[in-house]
Amino acid sequence: MSDARDTITLAHGGGGRATRSLIEGTVLRHFGKPDPKGLQDHAELSPPPGHRIAFTTDSFVVQPLFFPGGDIGKLAINGTVNDLAVSGAIPQVLSCGLILEEGLELSVLEQVIASMATAATEAQVQIVTGDIKVVEKGAADQLFINTAGIGFLPENRSIASWRAEVGDAVLVSHFLGDHGAAIVDARGELSLQIPVESDCRPLNGLIAEMLAVCPQIHCLRDATRGGIATVLNEFAQDSGVCIHLWEQQIPVREVVQGVCEILGLDPLYLANEGTLIAVVPADQAEIVLSTMRTHPAGQHSCQIGVVSESPKGRVILQTTFGGERVVDVLYGEQLPRIC
Amino acid sequence: MCLGIPGQIEKIIDKAKFLGEVSVSGLRRPVNLACLQNDVTDLEELVGEWVLIHVGFAMSRIDELEAKRTLELLTELGEMQDEWQEAQTSLKATG
Amino acid sequence: MKYIKEFRDPEKAKAVLQEIEQLTQQLNATAENPIRLMEVCGGHTHTIFKFGLEELLPRGIDLIHGPGCPVCVLPMNRVDDCVSIAEREDVILTTFGDAMRVPGSRKSLLQAKAAGQDIRMVYSPMDALQLARDNPERNVVFFGLGFETTMPSTAFTVLQAKAEKIPNFFLFCNHITIIPTLRAILADSDLRLDGFIGPGHVSMIIGTEGYDFIASEHRKPFVVAGFEPLDILQSVWMLLKQFEEQRCEVENQYRRVVPTQGNLAAQQAMDQVFQLREQFEWRGLGSIPESGVEMRPEFADFDAEKVFAVRDVPVVDPAECQCGEVLKGRLKPWQCQVFGKSCTPDNPIGALMVSSEGACAAYYNYGSRWREQAEAEATL
Repeated sequence: MSDARDTITLAHGGGGRATRSLIEGTVLRHFGKPDPKGLQDHAELSPPPGHRIAFTTDSFVVQPLFFPGGDIGKLAINGTVNDLAVSGAIPQVLSCGLILEEGLELSVLEQVIASMATAATEAQVQIVTGDIKVVEKGAADQLFINTAGIGFLPENRSIASWRAEVGDAVLVSHFLGDHGAAIVDARGELSLQIPVESDCRPLNGLIAEMLAVCPQIHCLRDATRGGIATVLNEFAQDSGVCIHLWEQQIPVREVVQGVCEILGLDPLYLANEGTLIAVVPADQAEIVLSTMRTHPAGQHSCQIGVVSESPKGRVILQTTFGGERVVDVLYGEQLPRIC
Repeated sequence: MCLGIPGQIEKIIDKAKFLGEVSVSGLRRPVNLACLQNDVTDLEELVGEWVLIHVGFAMSRIDELEAKRTLELLTELGEMQDEWQEAQTSLKATG
Repeated sequence: MKYIKEFRDPEKAKAVLQEIEQLTQQLNATAENPIRLMEVCGGHTHTIFKFGLEELLPRGIDLIHGPGCPVCVLPMNRVDDCVSIAEREDVILTTFGDAMRVPGSRKSLLQAKAAGQDIRMVYSPMDALQLARDNPERNVVFFGLGFETTMPSTAFTVLQAKAEKIPNFFLFCNHITIIPTLRAILADSDLRLDGFIGPGHVSMIIGTEGYDFIASEHRKPFVVAGFEPLDILQSVWMLLKQFEEQRCEVENQYRRVVPTQGNLAAQQAMDQVFQLREQFEWRGLGSIPESGVEMRPEFADFDAEKVFAVRDVPVVDPAECQCGEVLKGRLKPWQCQVFGKSCTPDNPIGALMVSSEGACAAYYNYGSRWREQAEAEATL
C-alpha cells in the first residue's frame, strides 16, 4: 500500500506549504533554482543584438507516460525545443506547467521531472519558470505538461513553409515512425511486442550544423503528429508547389514496416518525435546531407524526393512498384484496420 | 477486405488452447493456431512454418513451392518478353 | 519481408505489364471500349491504389471496385444497434479499428466513444475474450464483421468462450458471405463486367469450387488473386489470357495460400457456430437473401442480438447516395452526384466513402481524382 504522503493531493495545488514543499523538494531539486535569492513569478532575458525572439508552446498528454525510448517529460522538453529549432532559432529557456491528477504517485512525478531535467541539459536549455495545478481524480489522466519556449533568432534567418522552390531537394533525418510504433508497443492493447524505441530527441544541435553549412535552408519542420505526410502537404500548399516523393528512398525500419503491414497503417502518417524534414536548394543537398550524417541525430539522413511544379499543392508518391499516388492529409488519427 | 500478412511461427505457447507465437519482421504477437489443427498431428510441427495471419489467427500455411512457381512464371514471362523484343528489333534491323 | 518483398519487385512487373499491353491490343480493348474487370475484395482495391496500379495498366483495362469491403456495406441500422449496446453501463464494446468511423443514423462508434461509452479497438476477437476474462464484472461484446476470412476467428473465439464457460462474453454477429453477394451482382441485367479478380483470403477458407457457377452459368472468367501488386497484375494477365484463348474458367493465381478445398477446420468451426440468415441488408445493395449469418440457437447465451434484445429497425440509405450504382460498376466514384461535394471521408454519406478500402474514399484519398479533373479540364 502506498502511503498518502507518497501521492499527490489537492493540497499540493493549493498554493500553501504543500505546494512550496513540492516545488522545492521535487521540482527545483532537479531543475535547479534560477535565482538563489528567492523564487519569482517570472524569468527575465534579453536577446543579444541582431536577434529576434522566437516563441512557441506545446502541451503533452501522451499515454502511457513511459514508453520505450522516452517518457512524457523528455517529450515535453524536446517537443518545444524542436518547435523553436526548426524556425532557425537557438532555443534558450522553457517554462513548465504541470497539471497533476489527485492520487498520482509522487515517485512517478519525480521520475518525469528528473527526465525533464536531463533532457533540458542535453538540449542546452534552461527551465526558468513554471506552475503546478492539481485537479480532482478523473479530471485529468495522471499528468499533463505544457511547455512554452523562447529562442533567439538571428536576423538573416527566414525558414518558412512557403519557401519551397521548384527543383529543391527534400531531405529526412531519420527512420520514419519509430515513435508511433513505440507507443503502440507501450500501450499493449494490440498485444504486439515491437522491439523499437521512440526517436524522441532534441534537434537543435543537428539543425545548427545544417544551418552552418547551408544558411539558406528553405523549409524545416519536425514531423510529429500526422507524420511526414502532413508536414509535406503543408509545405506543398503554402509554397504552391508539388512535392514528389520516391517511396524507394524513404527510410523505414523493417520492424516498423511490419507494424504497418499487420495493422494496415502507413508509415508516412506515423508520429515521430526527433525526425525532421528539410527542403534545401538542390545544389546544397549533398553538403547538407553529409553534414547531417555526421551528427548522431542525423546518421540515417537521406533525400526522399524533389520539389516540382505541378500539380500545385499536392504530394505525389512514386511507389516502389513504379506507380504514382497522391499522399493526402488524413482527417483524423490513423486507425488500425483488418480489412 | 481481409488484411492478411505472412509471419513465421516461433513457438507453441499452449497446445490445449492452440496458442503459438508468431514473428513478423521482428515484431511478435500471440497467434491462434486452431485453423491449422487438422494439418498436423502435433502443433510443434508448425514451429518454423510460414503462415498467413489475419486478426491474430494463422489461417493457412504458405506453400513455399507454390510461391516459387508463381515467381518463376513471372520470370518466364520476362524472358518471353525479352525474346519477343529481340525478335522485334532484329526484324526492324533486317528491315 | 519474406513473401511480401519478392511480390513487389518492379522489375518483374515490367514484363507482365508488357504482356498485358500486348494482349489488350490484340483483344481490341480501348479506353472507349475497355475490358471491365471487377476486383471483388476491398483488399485488392487498397493494393491497387496504394501501389498506383491503375496508372500502370493500359487504358483498355477498366478496374471496377466491387463490394468486398465489409465495413462499407454494413447497413446503418446495424451500427445504430451497436451504439445502443455500447450505451449500456455494463458493457465494454470491442471491435476492429475499421468499424469505428462507419456512420450510423445517430452516430458512429468513434462519436459514441467520445460521448463516454467504453468502446475499445482490438486486433483479434481473442483479445476481446481476454478482456472478458480480465473484467468479469462487465459484459464484453465483440462487434464481429467481415466475410468468410474473418468468420472462422470469431467462430473459434465463441467456441473457446463456450468451452471455458465465460458468462460475460458476447458476439454481435454481422458476418456476411461472398457467394450470394456475387450471385446478386451477376443477376443484375444491366451488368457490364467481363471478368472477376477473386478474393484471395476468403478463398483460403472456402476454397475455389464455389465460384464454378460464375464461369459455367454466367460465362465470366474468375481468377482468385493474392494481395501484392504482382499478384494482381498476374491475375489481370491470366484473365486476358482466358479471353485470348476463349476459355472461361475459375483459376487460382494465389496457390501459395489458397488450397482448392479451402480450410476444413475453419469451415467446420463456422458451421458449428453459425447458420444462414434468410435475408441480410447491405448498404448500397439492399437486401440479399442468405447473404449473412447468425449464431445457432445452441449459442444463444453468447448472442448479443438475443441477450441485449437488439431492435434491428431498418434505416433507409440517403436518397442522394449512389453507392449501389458504383458498386455495380455503372458509375465511377467521381461520377456520383455527391462525391467530393457533400460526401467526403471527413463526413461520409455513402458506404464507399467510409473505409479506406471503399472505392470512393480510395479515389478521394489516393486521388486519381485530380488527374481525372486535370484531364477533363485539358479537353475543354
